[in-house]
Amino acid sequence: MSAYPRPVAADATTPRPLSSQPKVRIENVTMSFGAFTAVRDVNLTVADGEFLAIVGPTGCGKSTILNAIAGLLKPTKGSITLAGKPVDGVSHDVGYLFQQDALLPWKTVEENVELGLQFRGVAPAERAVQSRAWLEKVGLKGFEKRYPHQLSGGQKKRVQLAQALIVNPEVILMDEPFSALDIHTRHLMQSELLRLWQENRKSVVLITHDLEEAISLGDRVVVLAAGPASTVVDSFTVDLPRPRNVAEIMMDPQFMDLYRKIWSSLKTEVEKSYAQHP
Amino acid sequence: MLNIRDRLIQLLLVVVLFGGWELGVTAGVIDPFFFPSPLAIGGKVVEWVSDTSFYRHLNITVLETVLGYVFGTLLGVVIGVWLGLARRAARILDPFIKAVNAIPRVVLAPVFVLWLGLGLWSKVALAVTLVFFITFFNALQGVREVNPVILSNSRILGASRFDMLRHVYLPAAATWILSSLRTSVGFAVVGAIIGEYLGSSAGLGHLIAQSEGNFDAVGVFAGIVVLAMFVLIIDTLLTWLEGRLITWKPKDGQERPA
Repeated sequence: MSAYPRPVAADATTPRPLSSQPKVRIENVTMSFGAFTAVRDVNLTVADGEFLAIVGPTGCGKSTILNAIAGLLKPTKGSITLAGKPVDGVSHDVGYLFQQDALLPWKTVEENVELGLQFRGVAPAERAVQSRAWLEKVGLKGFEKRYPHQLSGGQKKRVQLAQALIVNPEVILMDEPFSALDIHTRHLMQSELLRLWQENRKSVVLITHDLEEAISLGDRVVVLAAGPASTVVDSFTVDLPRPRNVAEIMMDPQFMDLYRKIWSSLKTEVEKSYAQHP
Repeated sequence: MLNIRDRLIQLLLVVVLFGGWELGVTAGVIDPFFFPSPLAIGGKVVEWVSDTSFYRHLNITVLETVLGYVFGTLLGVVIGVWLGLARRAARILDPFIKAVNAIPRVVLAPVFVLWLGLGLWSKVALAVTLVFFITFFNALQGVREVNPVILSNSRILGASRFDMLRHVYLPAAATWILSSLRTSVGFAVVGAIIGEYLGSSAGLGHLIAQSEGNFDAVGVFAGIVVLAMFVLIIDTLLTWLEGRLITWKPKDGQERPA
């Protein structure tokens, strides 16, 4: 079907390589805030090199799961392991791409990108070499001395991408990273992301409400139930060949077939969610 | 930007206001005992400025202002940043801070004179109490209002507590602190002048008090003019400094749309 290497999917139907211990293992995780339970008994694993997309209706606790993996929030019940180690406190082995602008406005593009290395005590000369390389990779050569307020939304996202990836994280977490961008910039950023990801295939957990984005980027799409007390309701393997053209992939019959299947599962949850919060 | 026409109107206003005042005094409509002629006030200012003993008074006031400003600001920043980060301590100390802030600072002047004497330090203390709260509340606000996404991001990128303070909290608070510095410099001057006015042997406030004691309205008004110029010069210096320190903020019209 395709000459390109197939992604490793953590699904029983696809054979796994021998050393495939899951990068992220979420076991029976419940997240409660006072009397409110956001997610209940979530079980999820992300294989090494797998691109996992999580979709669900608004307010189903998608971000809560991501924040728990990053160690920003502590699960009320259950456990999370990252690369075999239990998550305890804020994890420095993840790269987190936020939906909002997370750049430090008082630092230049270059300083922002170097931040993770600086916090790890890397010498300035080495930091400069790496940040140059990353800025070139994300197509922002020549923007080193700019401040975030001088960049467009797409450019800021590129800086954030470089900032998150420069520390070579075990897992990349993304919380609706491109939802604030216009459709063309979004497609452009999605292809850039896939291009960068394909270089070394880190595990990715992508949160999105956009099913199209989930299918066109992911190896697997997981559907979460409507909140509160949301949980995993379905999991679909996306066996579309890579590399993918995100701007055109939705015209692929295989894509449309998958879209129909996943949407019929997601629709039920979205309708439930609307019934609760009209 | 002011265009030439606006400038001319401004000039006209000055001429009408001060010319009318001067004419009123000459024509005997305005009593110069209460409203001395602008020319007399200007003459007094020139007389002072060309007299070397005036600079002794000016130096004292500058010194009191600067000391009150520096100590008040430092205390305000340190305690403001600390309480901005230490939520529990802030909760416990909150009523005390409110109570102290509720005291009109002027009534503290006699207390400081009692404790520190009629010299320099009672004025500095008064200026500190005025400056402190402005900087304090701004530093507190600055630290508390840091975007939580930036906090999460920095922590995930591996920032230690010290890194957070140096790279996130202090720069975020710096804008607030700097904007409060402009306000508080006026208050530092007020503290110094009131202190001098209430009891001292030197300083611009002392000059005003002396003129008042001699029913010399020209001296009082000249003192006011000198003070206004004094504050304007400091404010200009701070505006320049602010522009050099905060380089990362968009200037007007420089912000790019998303």
